[in-house]
Amino acid sequence: MTQLVWNGLFVGSFYALVALGYSMVYGIIKLLNFAHGDLYMLGAFVGFAILGAAGGVSPAMTLPVLLAVLVATMAGTGLAGVALERIAYRPLRHAPRLSLLITAVGASFALEYGMRAGAGADPRVYPVRLDGASFEVLGARVTLQQLVLIGLAVVLMAGLNLLVTRTREGRAMRAIALDPRTSRLMGIDVDAVISRTFFIGSALAGAAGVMAGAYYGKIDFLMGFLIGLKAFTAAVIGGIGNIPGTMLGGLLLGLLESFGTFWLGGEWRDVFAFGVLILFLTVRPTGLLGERVVERV
Amino acid sequence: MTTTGQPRLLGTDKPPTLVSRLMDNRWAGLAGLLVAVLAPFVIATPYALSVMTSAAIFVMLAAGLNIVVGYCGLLDLGYVAFFAVGAYTAGVLTTRVGLPLLATVPAVLVVTVIAGVVIGAPTLRLRSDYLAIVTLGFGEIIRITANNLDVTGGPSGIYGIPSLTANPVVFYYVTVAVVALAVLGAARLGRSRMGRAWRFIREDEDAAEAMGVHTYKVKLAAYIAGAVWGGLAGVLFAAHLSAISPTSFTFLQSALVLMAVVLGGMGSIPGVVVGAVVISLLPEFLRDLADYRFFLFGVLLIVVMLVRPQGLWPARSKEALK
Repeated sequence: MTQLVWNGLFVGSFYALVALGYSMVYGIIKLLNFAHGDLYMLGAFVGFAILGAAGGVSPAMTLPVLLAVLVATMAGTGLAGVALERIAYRPLRHAPRLSLLITAVGASFALEYGMRAGAGADPRVYPVRLDGASFEVLGARVTLQQLVLIGLAVVLMAGLNLLVTRTREGRAMRAIALDPRTSRLMGIDVDAVISRTFFIGSALAGAAGVMAGAYYGKIDFLMGFLIGLKAFTAAVIGGIGNIPGTMLGGLLLGLLESFGTFWLGGEWRDVFAFGVLILFLTVRPTGLLGERVVERV
Repeated sequence: MTTTGQPRLLGTDKPPTLVSRLMDNRWAGLAGLLVAVLAPFVIATPYALSVMTSAAIFVMLAAGLNIVVGYCGLLDLGYVAFFAVGAYTAGVLTTRVGLPLLATVPAVLVVTVIAGVVIGAPTLRLRSDYLAIVTLGFGEIIRITANNLDVTGGPSGIYGIPSLTANPVVFYYVTVAVVALAVLGAARLGRSRMGRAWRFIREDEDAAEAMGVHTYKVKLAAYIAGAVWGGLAGVLFAAHLSAISPTSFTFLQSALVLMAVVLGGMGSIPGVVVGAVVISLLPEFLRDLADYRFFLFGVLLIVVMLVRPQGLWPARSKEALK
């Protein structure tokens, strides 16, 4: 029982990390960035490339090296997210929503199969494995690496929350989410803030990618597809556009999946997750912590 | 949210050029059909026939998705789910129950309509971008379910589905006839009262609602029509290959159909047909580029949206010309 809860929380923290980028971008410019899951994949591959270029890693230095790689990868995927926004999304910001969605699908496709053309279709084995001793907490088997990864996820999310609620930058983001035109009149550089939002969201996805690579040990070019969908589900459960809600949604989805797998069997896990998504959209489309948005004409 | 769907069409106020006059020609459809009918006289190896039959089925899929995306402006990213529902319904009923293929068609119609209602009813009330991702999830649900159930044969799928005829040439012509009817039907639907309501919703859903269009019902109708087209194409697909498995119904397939619709021109029947033929035949001519094909498709989607969002063969508003 506690094992199920722990597994759920662990997977959920990954979902939350990826879902945050989705949620931030959606909150500010109301765009579903389909390519977000692929930025997670990109992060895993960038980390892989850096580790490969650095040569072998001595076992004693695994954690510091991994942290350094994490920071470098976050910068890399963040820039990729900014480039994506500049090339594919910004010219279409005032175009019909359908065009923007189709562009996002195209971007996702280009990233996935561009990576396949560049790195090959076969899964790659991550050069770093976090091997840690496991110990028992309240009957659940917990490994040190899980604790480290969850700790990292919590630090990143807390930092993001501080950024959005306490800084000038965060205030600008929230203002744009409410009303981009008025924000521009108030002297906010809307384009720059949106760029930085993409940077932060993509960097978080990249961090999750490296962490997943180091934990699961295997990466491939389609790994972002499913987690992109799951992250969206998490964002919807919590309330898309709402940052604490998205974190809650990620953890909740992890827990639901963990128990769903236990009851129905692993092969139905994804069906269960998407079933939850459809149920939530039917019963409470604003999510747990989201506010009802009135459509204005 | 004020507008969905296509931006203002370019070129409608310019004098017609030779190309645009050719594109608007009412005989273009018949010419296309003629090309399809004559193609086996040019090349009729079994492989070429098989490719051409697949291309025709793909045209039917694109025509169905065009009802949902092109006419009504609803982005469906799991369209292949209906294709799978049709193919599996036909496959299960022929191999497990022993019905002849034609007898499964009413059952396929019923099942696809139910599938369309089940997925459309809860989501069509929501914002259009939610619909996109829910349909994506639905596509995965169908594929995983087919992969897990025993009655659908699990990962290895169903094989030994009886075809309509043993002769591939005859089957090709049957397919072309069915697809031609389907394309014609989709075009007629687009010009009907319902079709006008669809395009109204695409251009401005709030205005449509204010003018008395029951947007929810009308959107559901578009969704169900798309589902039926996809399901029937699935029956053809099952009969053509005689074996189906979950790997035929991945997101990649949905994206390719969407690609055909977007490339050809959303809402434009000739554009969608040409787009589907190009997308399905291109791999045959670009074998060397196999690795880069999908990458190029992705880039092409972005470029088309940035540079020519109306597609290669755009729809022209008949009302405006009169």
